[in-house]
Amino acid sequence: MKNIYLDYAATTPTDPRVVEAMLPCFTEVYGNPSSLHAFGQTAKHRIEEARHTVAFFIGATPEEIVFTSGGTESNNAVIKGIAGARRDKGNHIITSKIEHHAILEPCHFLEKQGFEVTYLPVDEYGLIDPVHLEKAITDKTILISIMHANNEIGAVQPIAEIGRIARERGIYFHTDAVQTFGHLPINVNELNVDLLSASGHKLYGPKGVGILYLRKGVRMLPFMQGGGQEKGRRASTHNVPGIVGFGKAVELAKMEMEDERLHLTALRDKLINGVLNKIPHSRLNGHPTRRLPNNVNVSIAYVEGESMLLNLDMEGIACSTGSACSSTSLEPSHVLKAIGLPHELMHGSLRFTLGKPTSEEDIDRVLTVLPVIVEKLRSMSPLYKKEVKS
Amino acid sequence: MEAYSEKVMDHFRSPRNVGEMENPDGVGKVGNPVCGDIMELYIKVKDGVIIDAKFKTFGCGAAIATSSMVTELVKNKTVEEALKISNRAVAEALGGLPPIKMHCSVLAEEALKKALDDYRQRSVKGASEKAA
Repeated sequence: MKNIYLDYAATTPTDPRVVEAMLPCFTEVYGNPSSLHAFGQTAKHRIEEARHTVAFFIGATPEEIVFTSGGTESNNAVIKGIAGARRDKGNHIITSKIEHHAILEPCHFLEKQGFEVTYLPVDEYGLIDPVHLEKAITDKTILISIMHANNEIGAVQPIAEIGRIARERGIYFHTDAVQTFGHLPINVNELNVDLLSASGHKLYGPKGVGILYLRKGVRMLPFMQGGGQEKGRRASTHNVPGIVGFGKAVELAKMEMEDERLHLTALRDKLINGVLNKIPHSRLNGHPTRRLPNNVNVSIAYVEGESMLLNLDMEGIACSTGSACSSTSLEPSHVLKAIGLPHELMHGSLRFTLGKPTSEEDIDRVLTVLPVIVEKLRSMSPLYKKEVKS
Repeated sequence: MEAYSEKVMDHFRSPRNVGEMENPDGVGKVGNPVCGDIMELYIKVKDGVIIDAKFKTFGCGAAIATSSMVTELVKNKTVEEALKISNRAVAEALGGLPPIKMHCSVLAEEALKKALDDYRQRSVKGASEKAA
């Protein structure tokens, strides 16, 4: 039995071409890029090449790219670093209810320090209304942070429009692009963003490396202080293999992203339609078209997500769920809550995220296996008996 | 996320005593959709001994496994013996549960206590009806 991985939003395998690019950086190009000798300068040259690749990929200049340890660090750095640098200008931050925890938790932290945070609601599809955003702005607003696309339900936000509003009002605008970077075209100028976070391991790059795009002129407190690397914006010895791997992953994404998008959109829609047709009392979470090319999120009534996930896992199929039972907090997904799903349907959610290696046969297999699992669990479910028979 | 024990997975994969029961002598229903677990436990009692138990559960792997295990544990026990079955006993019989899933075993114990309560009330009522 072939194992089928459909959890690419959690992490992707590192592309062998990326690994190949990284390998010399462990044993040959091992110098510290901060050292003046040839060993150091060779390593420095490699990271500057990667910086160029990344910058041009999103319409930025190399000086505007800061390498970090990943999406969580980039997001923390933005929220805390902008708040710290602009405290004299105001104490209000606008974000949304469906951000990743790496945005929400730093915001909760700042609230305890006296900041005010507006968490914008979303509609039933998980989309933000720019009118709501505009109304939430006050003369104390110092930062707006809205994710490019949601990691759970794939909703792609109207970032360019939100960015235009922020710019008109002279407020810094950050987008968490962890789910879109390397998958959808991004140009920081067209999107009107001042700050952007991305992570290597979501685009077939290595774990432990990410970037922060910081528009020229944007001031923020450094998240890491020490040896002054990254022009004092992020101290710590450069993760040379990681940065080189990130650069290679971007180079590959540039060439292959469009094909991937077309390939995955077709498979995504096949899986969505298949589930909705084959499984009665199921629904799609998120928007049918304004969603990530690789994201399928469905709720299946009368059954619980973790028990579906475990059954799929026994069949070699890997996915994830927003059910409370599978979270460490025993709280259901805050995203599914924000789109107004009733509790039963939050517990019965499954997320399949597709990747480059996903094939049509993989999707067919899920569509064969899943209805049988649902049938089995429904036959055990006291909810099914009551609601359907009555 | 902490993985389940082999025993839990065994009971999850092939749950024992699933289904409804015709004319049960006691029924225990616990849980709600908000917490994400709903259990229904049915028992059949003859001469003070539980001769059959069945369940229906909406919930995670641990909820299904603890339901299955509690039905196994009560079979052929007297009502008094069954009352002494604790959530810890259910969890231990399953080779332990991840700490965050211990509440599932609590739910199983509650379902059992409710079913036994229901049985007692029915028998008291039955006895008084006979007497009248």
